[in-house]
Amino acid sequence: MSGPPPGAPAGAAAASSAPASPPHGGLLRVARAIAWRSLHTYVRRPDLFVPSLVFPLVFLASFAGGLSALGDIPGFSFPAGYTAFQFVFVLCQSAMFAGLFTGFTLAFDFESGFARRLMLAAEDRRGIALGYAAVALTRAVITLAVVSGVALAAGMRITGDGVDVFGLYGLAALLVLVGFGWAAGVAFRFRSIQAGPLMQTPVFLILFLAPVYVPLGLLKGWIHAVASVNPATAFLEAGRGLIGGVHQHTALAFACALALIALFGVWMLTGLRRAERAS
Amino acid sequence: MRLLYTQVGTLARRAMLKTLRQPFQLFPIVFFPLILLAVNASGLKAATRLPGFPTHSYISFAIAVAFIQGGMFSLINTGTNLAEDIESGFFNRLALTPLRRVALIAGLLVGVGGLGVLQSGVYMLMGLVAGAHLHAGFGGVPVILVLGSLTAVGFGALGCAAALQTGSGEAVQGLFPLFFVFIFLSSSNLPRNLLKTGWFHTVANVNPISYLIEGFRGLYIYGWDGTALWRAFAVAAGLTLVALVAVAGAMRTRLQRT
Repeated sequence: MSGPPPGAPAGAAAASSAPASPPHGGLLRVARAIAWRSLHTYVRRPDLFVPSLVFPLVFLASFAGGLSALGDIPGFSFPAGYTAFQFVFVLCQSAMFAGLFTGFTLAFDFESGFARRLMLAAEDRRGIALGYAAVALTRAVITLAVVSGVALAAGMRITGDGVDVFGLYGLAALLVLVGFGWAAGVAFRFRSIQAGPLMQTPVFLILFLAPVYVPLGLLKGWIHAVASVNPATAFLEAGRGLIGGVHQHTALAFACALALIALFGVWMLTGLRRAERAS
Repeated sequence: MRLLYTQVGTLARRAMLKTLRQPFQLFPIVFFPLILLAVNASGLKAATRLPGFPTHSYISFAIAVAFIQGGMFSLINTGTNLAEDIESGFFNRLALTPLRRVALIAGLLVGVGGLGVLQSGVYMLMGLVAGAHLHAGFGGVPVILVLGSLTAVGFGALGCAAALQTGSGEAVQGLFPLFFVFIFLSSSNLPRNLLKTGWFHTVANVNPISYLIEGFRGLYIYGWDGTALWRAFAVAAGLTLVALVAVAGAMRTRLQRT
């Protein structure tokens, strides 16, 4: 991967090379420089990447290990087993949180003053958003690879075929962008790590108001009503369908994810405009 | 002795007010455990249909976890407040006054104990509203308040030890996920006899948090379960003792630096 040396002001490096180039070239240059710098920081700082790995693994251990008896509840039927059932939740959660954690990085860069300097130096400021989105996706690749490896080592069965598995990870990639779009919009607006709970709490609630432990059909009362209209339910059901090879709401889940990316894309870019005005 | 009581009382009052006056400290204590309770109690209600599950009311089963989560927030709040005092130099100035050293920490912990009673009362009340049934009856209320308070003091003392050791609020905050893992790897969501995965069952068996949870839970779903109660009190008291030894060691080092 090419780019400026570690620790160099990425945006400045990007800006110093050919300012008269076409706008899309500037966009990609800025994005590449930011992605390089942030990923370099990420892999060199255990305090950043360890929590993003530990949380999904704890969820996987706690839910797949501690709640495996739920697979025996009358009416619960998932041929791939309870570990695979919970793995899909952990996959979706990890994907969205990879986006959120990148939003934290962006907010922290604003708080430290780095992002403000970046705003001044970048040829095309949309490249800032694109660069951090690339960081979110790369972080997710690392996290999802570790979580998948641990789940397989723990005996998780996949009864879907290769195309289904590809679809599952494709859906996870879209969820990374959903989480990032939301968090980046908040980060651009507040430009402070103090806004961390605002990024995290709604995503956490939406995920847990879906059928996390048992299928939707076994939920009763208010949680069933909420889960029935919660887009996270579509993600989980589609993911579980893909891992089990029995498609369930797959098109709906992809449509929801794309719609949310479009919505949060607008949220993020309007946030970027606000940050530009404030810089 | 009377002077010591006055000193402890003044510092305890300050510790309580400091938490009660800061919404960002109060909100997680009150609402976070209740939100998790609402979500888990609804999402895991189907678990009551498992053969061997001890009750038909999952909320009565799950409410015990709220008391432990409340205790863990005591760890964060107490540790963060003390670390702030250290960072701002207030702790050093206090140490230079004729205030007795034992009062410095005892005041904080008495305040935490008071908050522990308050937060346990709120969890009980909300549980009652949501339909949790306290099988032990009215007599169980003071036992829960005392156990809740002792749990909060134990975790609060751990927070003090961390704050004295590191002098950094950020380092204390970093402990929260670590302690949350203990809740996840316990009998928080299912009784131990229904933990089917071998390694998880072993971890939950040696995890003291399981016994703490089961003490509260016993009062809700069985009534007066002596074994569960003495184990819970032993864990809470043991935690407090270990934390106080850690506080004493860290305090000595901190005051030498002062």
